[in-house]
Amino acid sequence: MTEASVLSKVLYVDLSNKRYWIKDRGDLFKERLGGTGAAIRLLKEECREGTDPLAPESPIILCVGYLNGIFPLASKTVAMFKSPLTKNLGESHAGGRCGVAMRMAGLGGIVIKGKSEIPVYLVVNDEGVRFKDASALWGMSSSSTVGRIIREREAGAGVRAIMRIGRAGENLVLYAGVITETFRHFGRLGLGAVFGSKKLKAIVIHGRTSLTLRDARGYREVYEELFRSFTKTSLMKKYHELGTPMNVLPLNAANSLPSRNLQRATFEGATALSGEAMSERFLGRRAACAHCPVSCIHIAALRVPYETEPHFYKTKMISYDYEPIYALASMLDIRSPEGFLQLMDRVEELGLDAMSTGVVLAWATECMEKGIVGPEETGGIVLSWGDYKAYIEAVERIAGVKGEFYEALGKGVEYASSIYGGEEFALAFGGNEMPGYHCGLATHLGFLVGARHSHLDNAGYAIDQKLSAEGRRAEPSELARMIFEEECWRQVLSSLVVCFFARGVYTPEVVSRCLSVTGINLNPEDLKKMGEDILREKYEFKFREGFSFDRLRVPKRVTEIPTPRGFVTERDLREGIKSFEGLLKRRISAGMP
Amino acid sequence: MEIKMVKRIAVVDVDLCVGCQSCMFACNRRFGEAGLARTAIFVQSTGGFEHGFAVKVCRACREPPCVKVCPTGALTKREGGGVRLDYRKCISCGNCVSGCTIGAIFWDEVLDKPTVCTYCGYCVSYCPYGVIKLEEVEGA
Repeated sequence: MTEASVLSKVLYVDLSNKRYWIKDRGDLFKERLGGTGAAIRLLKEECREGTDPLAPESPIILCVGYLNGIFPLASKTVAMFKSPLTKNLGESHAGGRCGVAMRMAGLGGIVIKGKSEIPVYLVVNDEGVRFKDASALWGMSSSSTVGRIIREREAGAGVRAIMRIGRAGENLVLYAGVITETFRHFGRLGLGAVFGSKKLKAIVIHGRTSLTLRDARGYREVYEELFRSFTKTSLMKKYHELGTPMNVLPLNAANSLPSRNLQRATFEGATALSGEAMSERFLGRRAACAHCPVSCIHIAALRVPYETEPHFYKTKMISYDYEPIYALASMLDIRSPEGFLQLMDRVEELGLDAMSTGVVLAWATECMEKGIVGPEETGGIVLSWGDYKAYIEAVERIAGVKGEFYEALGKGVEYASSIYGGEEFALAFGGNEMPGYHCGLATHLGFLVGARHSHLDNAGYAIDQKLSAEGRRAEPSELARMIFEEECWRQVLSSLVVCFFARGVYTPEVVSRCLSVTGINLNPEDLKKMGEDILREKYEFKFREGFSFDRLRVPKRVTEIPTPRGFVTERDLREGIKSFEGLLKRRISAGMP
Repeated sequence: MEIKMVKRIAVVDVDLCVGCQSCMFACNRRFGEAGLARTAIFVQSTGGFEHGFAVKVCRACREPPCVKVCPTGALTKREGGGVRLDYRKCISCGNCVSGCTIGAIFWDEVLDKPTVCTYCGYCVSYCPYGVIKLEEVEGA
């Protein structure tokens, strides 16, 4: 039993020597609430300037925050690391059960360094850490099998998380992810490769503690209010019913859904792959992260016949979301939902990031279309729009690092285009492959200036959508300000660690009340200030590692295809970047080049 | 005829369960605490999220096996079905945990005592999908 106002334990794991120790870092969590805020501090402490992201000394940081295990939808865990993909700040958030499991195991953070001689998996609970031999799990073609085996061997059923990598992570594909509870991910920026570089196959975490509150009665009251907001109002309806794929039709109708490597902004298969159609034809089960009544996890049941055996079928359960539909269906113009699901399934089993994989393959397909690469580079595979079987073969080769071309694809679209050409249609921002929105200037400005170059940093696309709905234009400087403010506030949510889907409920006032029942008094203004400070610290790390706003590359393609708000110009983007830089600079005293 | 209001938590349709565990957190919150240590209802996947979930909660047996294996009489039959636990008599032997056929008695590590459902129904109001309900025990 712990008091909820105490979040202090950081577990340090040394994989080289198979040793672990725990430090009391109550100061850190008091100042920064946990999550992103604590993780960036730990990253700065543990990651020396210029560290090779795949070297033993490169750290993996996992952090939860004050609201995990206490309030609903505080279900996320933040991972920080140096990204092997961008060679700069790596940050990724996952749901599933890991956030609650870490908190219930009494931990605020985990820092993993070193490199094991043999493949290992870690078992972490309130008794400490065990280093288990994972040699037999290394190289398995299916990450879900790895999960099943660990499930059967280890304790903690129901209150544990099993984070694991697939072959892509083992083979150091630079955008390999970490999968948790089969269907949730630490995606983007290559945490899976960092696991692989350390011969770390999986981490099992479980715990079942109870936390006492300063104000038990107040706790139940605030909880009740939040729970009713999440379950009895329409606020979460879109995540709750169709899930994130409910975005497919509206984005397509608004000419904002990139297809064929953004040669188009509409997708011919949108109806067949819409949230509505996927639900009607394939939805087999819905699931939820721990302590989240919304249950946005949508799992398709796909019945596939064996081609060589009559009367033999397999039924695969495959999770789908908006972003994978964008990347692995729309971008590749796969109009068959069955084809998309089979490709999605392999991407999951291999442990690749769905978004980066789709964008890389879309670039490769356009290269083939334009004759920049041919069958001699692709090992005889003809990549053509819609041919999901060819794409399945290609992802096997990317994850297996089979041949020079696929090795280059495994290093991201920016790298691959630097070798083969086609930079003007290599869709990456700050080295991270493009998310599925082409809504206007704020969208792309958001990708460029976001600290992770992710749509989740500041949701610039939502600003475009809002302005479109209001029929309002805005100058780049105004957009930069809106993006900056949103990104600052998101640092608070990701420090607590609250799911961004809950942002409409967790307003500064509500967060302040939630914290007060745990005995932490911060008013909405304090919280906003903290958000700015955390963003500043993230940028300090970025600058230290060589990031520069001036060197950001604008992929020409995004300026060639109109958005619902007209053409995006490089000039406006540069102006927006300058404004964002100005806002940040005003608030950064040191570390700005 | 006298009408007795003996209640129990019934699992209405386990296939509606999404595994959010809101019921588990609710049960623990009865004590004004956050977390899972004191919960008397448990949700876990049946071999991975893709296979769905199992909900473990006392079903208020008419002839509870846990009572039969309790050596000190700490667990007694509740009239109409189910059990009551007298902590003062409990010697923490754990027989009830292994004696419950459906695995619906849990362990409070801090108290070192079993956690048994009290049929209060607090968890039910936090199940967003109607998986569980508080119902009268039939024929009680």
